[in-house]
Amino acid sequence: MTLLLGAMTMGLILSLLGLGVFLSFRVFNFPDITVDGSITLGAATAAVLLVGGTNPFLASLAALGAGMIAGATTGVLHARFRINGLLSGILVMTALYSINLHVMGKSNVPLLAADTLATRAEHLGIALLGGRDSLVLLGWEVAARDAAVLVLSAIVVAVVGSILYAFLRTNLGTAMRATGNNSQMIRALGVDVGNMMILGLAVSNGLAALAGALLAQYQGFADVQMGIGMVVWGLASVILGEALVGSTKLGFLIVGAAMGSILFRLLIAIALRAGLNPNDLKLLTAFFVFAALVLPDYFARIRRRWSHA
Amino acid sequence: MLDVSRVVKTFHAGTPNEVRALRGVSVSIDDGSFLMVIGTNGSGKSTLLNAVAGSFEVDDGSIRIAGQDVTTWPEHRRASLVGRVFQNPFAGTAPDMSIAENIALATRRGLARGLGWALSPRLRRDMQERVRTLGMGLEHRLENPIGTLSGGQRQALTLLMATWRRPSLLLLDEHTAALDPKSADQVIRLTGEIVARDRLTTLMVTHSMQQAVNLGDRLIMMNQGEILHDFRGAEKKRLRVPELLARFEEVRRSEQLDESAAEVLRGAYV
Repeated sequence: MTLLLGAMTMGLILSLLGLGVFLSFRVFNFPDITVDGSITLGAATAAVLLVGGTNPFLASLAALGAGMIAGATTGVLHARFRINGLLSGILVMTALYSINLHVMGKSNVPLLAADTLATRAEHLGIALLGGRDSLVLLGWEVAARDAAVLVLSAIVVAVVGSILYAFLRTNLGTAMRATGNNSQMIRALGVDVGNMMILGLAVSNGLAALAGALLAQYQGFADVQMGIGMVVWGLASVILGEALVGSTKLGFLIVGAAMGSILFRLLIAIALRAGLNPNDLKLLTAFFVFAALVLPDYFARIRRRWSHA
Repeated sequence: MLDVSRVVKTFHAGTPNEVRALRGVSVSIDDGSFLMVIGTNGSGKSTLLNAVAGSFEVDDGSIRIAGQDVTTWPEHRRASLVGRVFQNPFAGTAPDMSIAENIALATRRGLARGLGWALSPRLRRDMQERVRTLGMGLEHRLENPIGTLSGGQRQALTLLMATWRRPSLLLLDEHTAALDPKSADQVIRLTGEIVARDRLTTLMVTHSMQQAVNLGDRLIMMNQGEILHDFRGAEKKRLRVPELLARFEEVRRSEQLDESAAEVLRGAYV
């Protein structure tokens, strides 16, 4: 049960990353791999501030801001300096590796004694349970800390997802969606496509950094390597989510991205439990995304051939 | 209203593919005038329209719209003055977004876009009303993604969107060329109605001589990046397709003459 709760919490936290990837890959149609760096940037920023005694809410917000700056940088490289989108992301991601080391001062910052959102949730949870440090859920004994962190993550994801949904339905948000859908059209309606791109990537990477900040507080450390392969992870969640909801409506897609992230994490927890070598995790994730990108077309082709025969 | 003055544009300058698309074109359109532009492929008629819309910067000359010098303005800034319908019926709308959302985007053409809701109940009522005037029954399908509509329906909506806020200048770039004849007729009828109703200053590029003769109060004929003929007022009203054809034939002959002359010279000297 602890394993299950842990996987769900992890999935919820990373669904913020999924929302960020949804924004860049799906809404803007922009393959932004800056997120590999910005999720670590978020974790590093939050960790260093927390060790210094900053309020965990403020530290998480600071992480969000740092991620937005990283994303905006990628946007500027692409929109203003006309560098290929993929390369813009690679450049910023590479630069962020050094920046993250500078932010942390070393490759790993532990948060053992720090006051974090996780410890606050734990205290609140124990207080609500009348001082007990565990509760019984569906017949299983569950640590109050795990349950409290799970609930907190769910609340954060619900709030952030709702804000994103509302934002994408404002005048500014619809203009951003149109930028990804048909840039020629939105330019003819008076929108500076470059600015939309910069803003969109800022929001996307801000979400990734927020995921990083929460992840660091949940795991109890920030590590300079923690972002590697995260963009593929996020993409896998988005693809899985699209398959789950089977709709192209905005609200469904946002819920789908979150659900995909949780499901993906659960699948991995089950696979690891069944004896999967953790070293193969990234290989499998990459293979999953490959299959998800290729198989739908392949099946459609086979179906066409069958119906013609 | 529109003032194009000695505009020059050369594509791929200094390469073997050099194209002198506009060779010092000057044309002024009065307020409320409906100008048709016709010409053969490569005559520069679409390049002229794109130069006005701001798709690229011109090499020389100046462009003024509604009294403002827009020569160096990027396309999105000119959009505050210009409404535009493209040749490609898929170019003017965002396919994955609903009809309502597409129109909502157009209602803020050239205005700041903030954090207000894109769609309000009042705007929806306005939409119902104005989409009904298209006579396509689309007012009942405002929530459908625009990508599910036909080319003609999308082009009619693009026209409605381009003129939702009255533009100082309406640009129509062969906007019926990619449609089937029935949809093309329908869109042309709508174009005439909307332009007449709102007294819009309009520049319309077309390859159809029938449209060039029937629509508008002025017609310019372009060839090789220059304006060849300018028919206005009574002369434009009298103009019929056979006369226009004759003018094109003249152009063709003189070009052939040039080519055969060049051939002779090449044989003699090279």
